[in-house]
Amino acid sequence: MFSFGDMMAEALGLILAWDRELSAIVVLSLRVTLSAVALACLIGLPLGALIGAFRFPGRGAASVALNALMGLPPVVVGLFVYLMLSASGPLGVLQLLYTPTAMIIAQTILVTPIIAALTKQVVEDLHGEYAEQFASFGVSARARVVALLWDARYSLLTVALAGFGRAVAEVGAVLIVGGNINHVTRVMTTTIALETSKGNLQLALALGVILLGLAVVVNAGVMALRASAVRAAYA
Amino acid sequence: MRDTVMESAQDCAAPILTARDLGFAASGQVLLQGVDLEIARGRRTLVMGANGAGKSLLLRLLHGLLPPSSGAVLWQGARPGRTAQAMVFQRPVMLRRSVLANLRFALRVQGLGWRARAARAQEALEMAHLTDKARQPARLLSGGEQQRLAVARALVCDPEILFLDEPTSSLDPASTQMIEDLVNAAHVRGVTVVMVTHDRGQARRMGDEVIFLHAGRVAETGPRDQVLDAPRSDAAKAWMAGRLYTRTDF
Repeated sequence: MFSFGDMMAEALGLILAWDRELSAIVVLSLRVTLSAVALACLIGLPLGALIGAFRFPGRGAASVALNALMGLPPVVVGLFVYLMLSASGPLGVLQLLYTPTAMIIAQTILVTPIIAALTKQVVEDLHGEYAEQFASFGVSARARVVALLWDARYSLLTVALAGFGRAVAEVGAVLIVGGNINHVTRVMTTTIALETSKGNLQLALALGVILLGLAVVVNAGVMALRASAVRAAYA
Repeated sequence: MRDTVMESAQDCAAPILTARDLGFAASGQVLLQGVDLEIARGRRTLVMGANGAGKSLLLRLLHGLLPPSSGAVLWQGARPGRTAQAMVFQRPVMLRRSVLANLRFALRVQGLGWRARAARAQEALEMAHLTDKARQPARLLSGGEQQRLAVARALVCDPEILFLDEPTSSLDPASTQMIEDLVNAAHVRGVTVVMVTHDRGQARRMGDEVIFLHAGRVAETGPRDQVLDAPRSDAAKAWMAGRLYTRTDF
C-alpha cells in the first residue's frame, strides 16, 4: 500500500522522465482543447458581440438561450455528437467518430455558449459607453462589431480563458465521442479516469499535476497581460 | 432614423439647418416642443438656458442621434452625409486605443485610405498640440487633453457643421482657451458651430447667435449682443441678471 507522499513522488518522477506516451497524451489534449477554444471563439465572439451591441426581435430569447446553454451537460453533448457521427447518424459518412476531430466538435459545442454569453456581457457594457459616439461617427454595424471586439480584447482574453478551463477539464463528452483509444484519442482527463479505475494512481496523479500546472500557467499569463492592459487603460 | 429633408441647391445665404416644430417626448413627458429655429451657415450659434431646458436634447435631435417625436430637422445646401457633421460630447468618449488610433478610427469610418489617414491624423495631432502624446493611451490623458482630442477627432473628418455639448464645462481656463482656439480655428475655416454653454463669458467670446431655451421651448433667439445685453423673454432676463429661477417660474 503506497502512501500519498510515495505516490506523489512517483508521479513527479513520471513527469520529470517525460516519456513519449505522456508527451503524446498532453500534446493531444492541448491540440483538442486549443482547437475547440479557437473554433468557439470564431463563432462565439461575433455572436456574443451581435447580441450585445444590437437590439432586434428575439434578442431577449437569444440571451436566455445562450445563458441556458452555458450549463450544457457534457455527457448530453457527447451523446448528441455521437448520434450525429455514428454510422447510422446523418454525419456518419464523414467517419469522424472516435477521432480527435469528433472530440473537437463536442468541445466546441460545449464552449461556444460560454464564449458567446460572456462576450455578450462584455460587449454590452462597452457598447453602452460607445453607442452615442459610434452613432455620431456613423459607424456601420460590421465596423461596430469589429471595433467593440478589438477594444474589449483584453477582457475577452479572460472570456477565452473561461472557455479553455471548461474544455481542458472536460471528460464526459470526449470519452463518448473519442472512445479513449490509446495513441489516438486518449487525452489527459480520460487517461486520469481510466488509470484511476485501474488503480494506476501514479500516472493519474502525474497527469492531474500537469493539468493543474497548465491551468495555472495559462491563467497567470492571461492575468498578467490583462493587468498590463488595465494599467494602460486599454481594459 | 434621421427625419431630414435634403435640398440639392446649395446657397451660402440659406441656413444650413432648420428645425420646424421640433418636439421630443419620453415616458409620457414632453421634454422639447414647438422648436422653430435656423442655424446660419458659417456662424457660431450658442444654445443657452438652465439645466433641464432641453439644450443637450436639442443638440442630439439636430445631430440626428435621436428621432424627433414631432416636427423635422431640415438640411439645406450640400447633402449631409456623415462627413458633413460631427459632435463633441460633454464627457469625451475615448476609445480604448492610443491617441493616434482614436483619430485614425474616425478617419477609417469615413473610408479614407491608410496614407490619407496617417497624414490627416498627423495634422490633427499638431492642431490639438498632442503630437508628443500620439502613442499614449487616450484614456490616460488629462480631462483637458481628452476634450482636445475629442474636438480634433470631430474636426479631422472635415465636417460642415460641428455640434459641441458643453465641451468646456469641467475644464480650467487654460484648457478652455485651447478648446475655444480649436473651435474658432474651425470656424475661420468655414465650419458652422453649434455649441451648448452655460458660461456667459464664453457666450460673449464665442457666440455670433444665441438660442435661449426655457422649459423645452425656445424662449428667445437672436444676435449675441441682443440676447445677452437686452433680453426680451423673462427667462433670459432672469438668467442674464443672474437671478435664481425654476422651470415653473415663467
